[in-house]
Amino acid sequence: MTTADTGTLAAEPDFYHAQTKHKGILGWILSTDHKRIGILYLLTMLVFFSIAVILGLLMRLEMLTPGRTIVEPQTYNTFFTLHGVIMIFLFIIPGMPAVFGNFMLPLMIGAKDVFFPRLNLLSWWLFIAGGLLALVSLFLPGGPADTGWTFYVPYSIRTTSNVMPALGAAFILGFSSILTGLNFITTIHRMRAPGMTWFRMPLFTWALYSTAWIQILATPIIGITLILVALERWFGVGIFDPAMGGDPVLYQHLFWIYSHPAVYIMILPPMGVVSEIIPVFARRTIFGYKFIAYSSLAIAFVGSLVWAHHMFTVGMSTTGMFVFSLLTFLVAIPSAIKVFNWISTMYKGSIELEVPLLFVLSFIMQFSIGGLTGLMLGALAVNIHVQDTYFVVAHFHYVMFGGAGFGFFAALHYWYPKMFGKMYKKSAAILSWVLATIGFNCLYFPMFFLGYLGMPRRYYDYLPQYQSIHIIATVGSWILALGLLIMFINLLTSLRRGPVAAVNPWGGETLEWKVSSPPPLENFHDIPVITAGPYDYSKYELHAAEMK
Amino acid sequence: MQLSEEHQQDVNHHRTSYGHYVLVWLGLLAFTGITVTLSGMDLGRWVIISTLAIASIKSVLVANVFMHLKSEDKVFTVFVLVAVATLAIFITLTFFDYAFK
Amino acid sequence: MKTTTANSQPVHGHRDDVGTKIGMWLFLFTELILFGGMFILYAVYRFKHPEEFHLAAKELDTFVGTVNTMILLTSSLTVAMSIAAIGQGRKNLSMALIGTTVLMALAFLVNKYFEWGHKFEHGIYPRSPELLAKPPGEILYFGLYFVMTGLHALHVLIGMAVLVIMMVFIKKGVINRQSYVRLEAGGLYWHLVDIIWIFLFPLFYLIH
Repeated sequence: MTTADTGTLAAEPDFYHAQTKHKGILGWILSTDHKRIGILYLLTMLVFFSIAVILGLLMRLEMLTPGRTIVEPQTYNTFFTLHGVIMIFLFIIPGMPAVFGNFMLPLMIGAKDVFFPRLNLLSWWLFIAGGLLALVSLFLPGGPADTGWTFYVPYSIRTTSNVMPALGAAFILGFSSILTGLNFITTIHRMRAPGMTWFRMPLFTWALYSTAWIQILATPIIGITLILVALERWFGVGIFDPAMGGDPVLYQHLFWIYSHPAVYIMILPPMGVVSEIIPVFARRTIFGYKFIAYSSLAIAFVGSLVWAHHMFTVGMSTTGMFVFSLLTFLVAIPSAIKVFNWISTMYKGSIELEVPLLFVLSFIMQFSIGGLTGLMLGALAVNIHVQDTYFVVAHFHYVMFGGAGFGFFAALHYWYPKMFGKMYKKSAAILSWVLATIGFNCLYFPMFFLGYLGMPRRYYDYLPQYQSIHIIATVGSWILALGLLIMFINLLTSLRRGPVAAVNPWGGETLEWKVSSPPPLENFHDIPVITAGPYDYSKYELHAAEMK
Repeated sequence: MQLSEEHQQDVNHHRTSYGHYVLVWLGLLAFTGITVTLSGMDLGRWVIISTLAIASIKSVLVANVFMHLKSEDKVFTVFVLVAVATLAIFITLTFFDYAFK
Repeated sequence: MKTTTANSQPVHGHRDDVGTKIGMWLFLFTELILFGGMFILYAVYRFKHPEEFHLAAKELDTFVGTVNTMILLTSSLTVAMSIAAIGQGRKNLSMALIGTTVLMALAFLVNKYFEWGHKFEHGIYPRSPELLAKPPGEILYFGLYFVMTGLHALHVLIGMAVLVIMMVFIKKGVINRQSYVRLEAGGLYWHLVDIIWIFLFPLFYLIH
């Protein structure tokens, strides 16, 4: 896109070194600068992610053999509960909006910050508070919650484990999520640079916008549901307790009315990043910009209509099940549109196989497997057999981890030079990608078979015939962990030892690549004026045509 | 859709008069009276329909006049409709389960 | 150096009241959906236990509920007028109107206090032996009643605090004729609290 000169002044310090109201660590944890807040989220999130990964590895160790391997059944239950709570509420849901949305959104629309910078800081503080509360529950008498991250009643009302801190943590984190969504919607409506119409915005922005609406409209439902479980435990109000006429299935309706749209909060921003990365590394403008933009909104909308497909085996009416199954099939359509458009963009493009694109390719493969198995689960006849088995575990890890998680890694490797002003080691990054992809698929693909063969999920013990698959999966978890470890070491050491990064190492055309790496505190010296769309690679296409 | 360069003061020059507010308030009180009266009559199934309808009318009055929705940019009304529609959809779809058991 | 202006607008130079109001409305949506979740519960449980809801509703005093409704509607009027007043630069009138709103909110809460006290005296409270002896539909009705009116009362309390803060801001001149979007935002919050009650009232008090 052509822009007016945004010229960062030569002597202007980047945002790490800029003069701020507070100094030292206070200058970070009290900062209202969206870039600093994004970095804060990234660092703290990596700590929570690591804890959850370790819990996952411990679970896989326990599953190496039937019966007791390393821990008692009660402990195993707390492992999968905390693994889920941390991964979902502290990593995948906040993940991309809080880290990359915060850092990149203002840059991408030509703004100096988000609309409510102080609310932004509050969002991060709430994130920390929620995370600490979740971790504190590990050490309280009674042990951590053992209900699964879904807190189904009546067990969550009866269990003596520490459900309350977990509920409190999830509630606080919901607030953090809501404030982020509120901030982004307002920012996108009011702070786009002159000339940046809605259809000249980068697609990552469309993804963040759609996500933000889900954050606003769906999160309060989990808020009230968690409050009600807490009130049930404290006062016995009788709303969910079957002994007093309460309906546990109604709890599940309320729970999933949020938690299903939540998975679209998880996947939409990574899809947005994929839409950013492919044009850059295929040197092509994105195929079907408007379709991708609208499909983000469509996924947000239709995705809010399908929640009861998590409940096909609990005794809903046939009509209800039929309706939700049909809607579930419909939601696949806008996702498929995106996949077609991504592939079409790459077709006959001038591919540069850099690390971000590698993670994107894994994403497309893994998300497709996850999405297709989701359709299988959406079919009532199939669902009866594989609900609550490892088939479901495999499906959601493919979309949430193989999809959203790998999308997060792609974004990390794409925007790393911009955020840190350094470049990581390419060979180490490729190695980490290879190990992570192989490890991931070795870990989760066999689980489809495990579930098909009948092994239930969240089970501590199992029949001997399932063991060989469990062993394969556990070995996969080690390969994956090794890949992640190499990734983190590479990215962390390159902060110090990596070469200084260029302003635009990948040749991107969106606004964040016009400012220095890392950007200065106020992003733009002069707000740019936009006169074209965000993926104008025509000069490359012209050159490629001349080359033939 | 507004562009950022149009950040002039979007002060709401459409000032509602005190009298207008009082008129709407009287209407709200009247509707309250009506709904209480109707609920005392033996209307069977129509009680809940009428009370919800009147509650909706009262809410629309509060939103449009007291909350200035009518005089604000159209985007606010669109937002409100989206939020209300979302809630309506949640209730409706839940009833696809319960109404057919 | 990067700062935010006194009314927390971004540094790009212009104050943007429309943006602030967008943010406030978005927050109101979250409150709407928060209570909306409970309305879903109410709808399903009433659908399942129509007779028992009828029976249980007889314990509630329609007159008190109606008075409380009138109180909240009037408080909405006064807060709306307080915004018109500050727009005309009439600080004292604006503060007086807000003060009236707060007093009416207090009256609402006092009514609520006596209503609930009355229930407790009659053995109607969560886990009470009298309540547990009733059929499930009635237990659910009162569970919903206490939680929904309780959550609403909490929001009335928060709204009162917000409005008192607005009064302080007017006194200090932070809110004034040229800049009163904060008061508008506070008013919007108050109106939502009113709207929620507009629906709670018929659902609990007008089932006959």
